[in-house]
Amino acid sequence: MLEIKNLHVEIDGKKILNGLNLTVKAGEVAAIMGPNGSGKSTLSYVISGKEDYTVTEGEILLDGVNILEMEPHERAHAGLFLAFQYPLEIPGVATMTFLKAALNAQAKSRGEDELSPGEFMKKVREAAGKLGINPDMLKRPLNVGFSGGEKKRMEILQMALLGPKMAILDETDSGLDIDALRIVAEGVNAHRDPNHAFLVITHYQRLLDHIRPDTVHVMAKGQIVRTGGPEIALELEERGYAEYLGNAA
Amino acid sequence: MANPVVIMRTPAETALIERFASEKASLPGVAEARAAAFARFEAKGLPSKRIESYHYTDVRNLMRTIAPAANDAVAGETLKLAGFARLGFTNGRWQGGDAAEGVTVQPLADAYRDGVMPGLGMGEASDIVVDLNTAFARDGVSIKVAARAEAKLHLAFSENVSGPASILPRVIVHVGEGAALQLIATHQGPAGIAYQVNEVVELRLGKGSNVEHIRVNLSGDKAMVLSSVAATLAEAAELQTMQVSLGGEVCRHQVFVTYQGENAKAAIRGATMLKGSQHHDSTLVVDHAVPHGESRELFRTVVDDSAQGVFQGKIIVRPHAQKTDGQMASNALLLSDDAGMSNKPELEIFADDVVCAHGATCGALDENQLFYLQARGLPRKVAEALLVEAFVGEVIEAVSDEALRDQLAGLVSGWMQARAVS
Repeated sequence: MLEIKNLHVEIDGKKILNGLNLTVKAGEVAAIMGPNGSGKSTLSYVISGKEDYTVTEGEILLDGVNILEMEPHERAHAGLFLAFQYPLEIPGVATMTFLKAALNAQAKSRGEDELSPGEFMKKVREAAGKLGINPDMLKRPLNVGFSGGEKKRMEILQMALLGPKMAILDETDSGLDIDALRIVAEGVNAHRDPNHAFLVITHYQRLLDHIRPDTVHVMAKGQIVRTGGPEIALELEERGYAEYLGNAA
Repeated sequence: MANPVVIMRTPAETALIERFASEKASLPGVAEARAAAFARFEAKGLPSKRIESYHYTDVRNLMRTIAPAANDAVAGETLKLAGFARLGFTNGRWQGGDAAEGVTVQPLADAYRDGVMPGLGMGEASDIVVDLNTAFARDGVSIKVAARAEAKLHLAFSENVSGPASILPRVIVHVGEGAALQLIATHQGPAGIAYQVNEVVELRLGKGSNVEHIRVNLSGDKAMVLSSVAATLAEAAELQTMQVSLGGEVCRHQVFVTYQGENAKAAIRGATMLKGSQHHDSTLVVDHAVPHGESRELFRTVVDDSAQGVFQGKIIVRPHAQKTDGQMASNALLLSDDAGMSNKPELEIFADDVVCAHGATCGALDENQLFYLQARGLPRKVAEALLVEAFVGEVIEAVSDEALRDQLAGLVSGWMQARAVS
């Protein structure tokens, strides 16, 4: 599904990613864990196409197609989704209006008809209900005045509605209390199937108690330095990241 | 003995003096009021950037010639508004229109003959552009709304000129005690013609009356438009006045609000879209002359290409005007590197028990917000349009008539679409 080969990335002349390699297969839930400053968020932004970064080498393939030359919206149309660590507040744009614009843009890219207002409302209400999102929130401007937990739920709602084949969750657990964490994890787990893949980026192991990963990658100094099963997460929780900070290339 | 000061007249000033001399005998109304207004102009000339309130809009420099008075013509295109009694104006001249219950409309000349006086809406404010209208206006109407009447009026101004022409209408509105008036004024004119408009609307709100006034500026792209709203508020009166401006080459919209009775409220708003080399100036003078007044000002300006926006907002709180509550904000979005915006909020507070605040911002679209929307599948142009429409939408959402609100939102999105194509 997602293949990253020898990725080198700089921002303002500073190297952040140093030849990163990563593969996520269809149906897989992969986790990336790493200390602060290891380049985890940079990786998620580069995959989704944020402008500020310069890719100096390497490629990112989604289903075999290099997406590095694509605009962010084209990557979204190709089935990529990033749940932001810090979802943006958009004053003046009702959440419902935004959801509709996003769904219609993606339907249009696939040559499908727009949803009728009735179908759209039904779909949003159902998905929101499962995530414990109050329908009144959908009338408010997107993320404006929402709590940290509400913003994260809204990210998962967008994911549920857009149905991406490759979803990246960037520190989705940060700022969540345990109840919100469980709801968010259930939202993700509901979409696990052989056609969808997830890349879960996190600093802590606790999210992985709720979203059981198939694979865990350890990231340090802009590279994947270790790959294994869920047991790595437990090990890291116990021993911390110290050993990876010294010996990464 | 000092030498007398020799005033250097510009050709436009000389032309105005000659025109007043030849026209004054035929102008309707109280000759002394016109003469006094004209004398103020003669003493000071056209306002230049040396006058603080005209610093960013140098009318003396911008108004190089004075176009001849516009002739009669057939009406051009105007917006259609359902549910409003329509009064049509062509080149400033009233063409008649629908009757509305509780509303009396008279041509300006008849109203002057019956004793209506111009200028009372200015309170203690004084302005040369308004004075020029007072001196020259022969067209326009007086509108009287009876006490406790409810009326919805659409003043549909269409300018239909084929060459440079000047249009100076005056609209004087008296709103009776407890009356409610929705007054929508739309202004449209031909592209490519340097016509000049100097228009004054006086709104005299009676006790407990409620007025929603909206001016829609869709003037031609070479027009110079000077528009003034002069409002006085009696006790517990409530005024909302908004301008939505997309047209014109050089525009200055002035709003003068004077609180004459206690517990009155005013909301003054503006939504301005500028592109090419357009220049638009919104200047407010809000005079809290009595206690317990409330004012809210919200202006949003979107500036593209090398256009220039100006906001000047002055809130005056007089020494005895305690418990005044004034909140003013002007925000500008610059869509190009050459776009410019000058924001000048001013508070002149002489009372000690008041709540007054102002805020002014100026910036580009937020790249992080744009990326967020793009990451959800919106192409960049669509994401930009969504953010700009939301920015301006926070002003337009105050429009109470839903169909009009939709029309105004449509003008804004049409403006963004035209931008995406060019």
